[in-house]
Amino acid sequence: MDINKIIEECKKINDEYHYFNTIDEGLNSKSSNCYESSIRKTPKKQGDGKLNNIAISVKDCICVKGLESRAGSKILEKYKPVFDATVIEKVKQQGAIIIGKTAQDAFGFGSFSTNVGKDMKIPLNPFDKERACGGSSGGSAGITQKASFRHITLSESTGGSIVCPASFCGVIGLCPTYGRVSRYGLMDYANSLDKIGPMARSMDDIALIMEIISGYDEKESTTLNEEVPKYSDFLKKDIKGMKIGIIKEAFGKGIDKEVKEKVEQGIKKLEQLGAKTEFISLPLTQKYGVETYYLLAMCEASTNLAKYCGMRYGAAEKLEGSFNEYFSKVRSDYFNDESKRRIIIGTFARMAGYRDAYYIKAAKVRTKIIEEYKKAFAKFDLLLSPTMPFVAPKFKDIEKLTPLQNYMADILTVGPNLAGLPHISIPAGFNKDKMPIGLMLIADHLKEEKLIQAGSKL
Amino acid sequence: MKIDKELIEHIASLARLKLTEKEIEKFLPQLKEILNAFSKLDEVNTDNTQPSFHPVELKNMMREDRIKPSLTQEQALSNSKENKDNYFKGPMAI
Repeated sequence: MDINKIIEECKKINDEYHYFNTIDEGLNSKSSNCYESSIRKTPKKQGDGKLNNIAISVKDCICVKGLESRAGSKILEKYKPVFDATVIEKVKQQGAIIIGKTAQDAFGFGSFSTNVGKDMKIPLNPFDKERACGGSSGGSAGITQKASFRHITLSESTGGSIVCPASFCGVIGLCPTYGRVSRYGLMDYANSLDKIGPMARSMDDIALIMEIISGYDEKESTTLNEEVPKYSDFLKKDIKGMKIGIIKEAFGKGIDKEVKEKVEQGIKKLEQLGAKTEFISLPLTQKYGVETYYLLAMCEASTNLAKYCGMRYGAAEKLEGSFNEYFSKVRSDYFNDESKRRIIIGTFARMAGYRDAYYIKAAKVRTKIIEEYKKAFAKFDLLLSPTMPFVAPKFKDIEKLTPLQNYMADILTVGPNLAGLPHISIPAGFNKDKMPIGLMLIADHLKEEKLIQAGSKL
Repeated sequence: MKIDKELIEHIASLARLKLTEKEIEKFLPQLKEILNAFSKLDEVNTDNTQPSFHPVELKNMMREDRIKPSLTQEQALSNSKENKDNYFKGPMAI
């Protein structure tokens, strides 16, 4: 499809659904930095790139050279990175075209993409505009569902921000093992939890882009120096004898009946293809996962947000008053409520006298949660549950939730994120209101190929 | 642990945030609810458990220190509104 038409279509969708914070409108003129760097790095022989002319949208928190990248926040308005994130460099080298930056909860702080930066627009669900896209990568999932052209998105997950919106918008979303994909050029939310991963409508595209973005990066010391499998080889591979553990707690209290039914149909399908299923219990993860996740994520986030202070880049005001007065003014004026809440709690939980009781305690419970999963993977190839306990909620219902009730929505996704395990959300059908339902598969560290192998059969 | 207005204001000031009366009124019950939920972790026995600061085991990655091309001064300053003589300009330090 012609790039002009793609950009036109994105603009049209955006007017109605708000999936982009920035669309690269200058893509066809050589004045665009993005296009310049994109053509410069395209393989010399036209048509050689594995992503040649494929449109790729990018979550706002991933730096794209010359394209406004603000992590969905007000405080980073007008920030134009002077470099590309490693994942961007890699897809550009394969001939991909970056079309724009997608809407998200500011800094990734949310499960519904309703915590957008001050004065920014909330993305609307592609199936029902009164409902949320999910978060925090809401815009990524929305445009992936709506685009009529071939499209892959690069998004990011800290506690479920890839699979949650993928589930609510009816697309595939894969969150890789922690360290599988370089985070260089990602605006950190919580460094020990952040992962960059793709969403797409076809598993072929997921496998294709995972082969390109995975691997060791000299610029990022937490990337894993492990060989990258040819993921596309697993698309056609059968699943006879594959052992799948059904997470017992994820089908109990608080899970929507229709979600349960559709996911159970998915399980039947896998069984018919030869997979062996059995129930497994993850009691610790189920009971303490949300609290452990939010405590650690807020502690790390509060340190990461310290650098946004109205100097060097992003929002600035007239330089008045002392250091502290100036920084406090800019930060108070530009951060949204959820950012302030997380900064305050994260700062508190790291304070002298409270650090052991909160931060260190949560880090210890994290160890126990990782052990719980590792024990399960000694027996199973994959674990299975619904992605979210319910379909995309309506905005008017989200408004009634307290922040804590909001966090509880992540009960099924925080576990694999805390343990750094790769996981995928796959469309599993629709409910009576024609809203999509997602099925989640979790694999052991660096076993992404098993997600692709089983996921492609659903 | 008593979570009150004074404590919230103190923590906010450590994080360089100045909250309005309205914000404090809104945040206080929310923060209490969240911190109360976090206290649930006390139930878990973690004697003899080491904390995990990463989900996978990471070794210290070292490499040779080499000089490579980096950003130009112009690029580094290109996003700042206030700069002078190739420096960032900030608020008064004293």
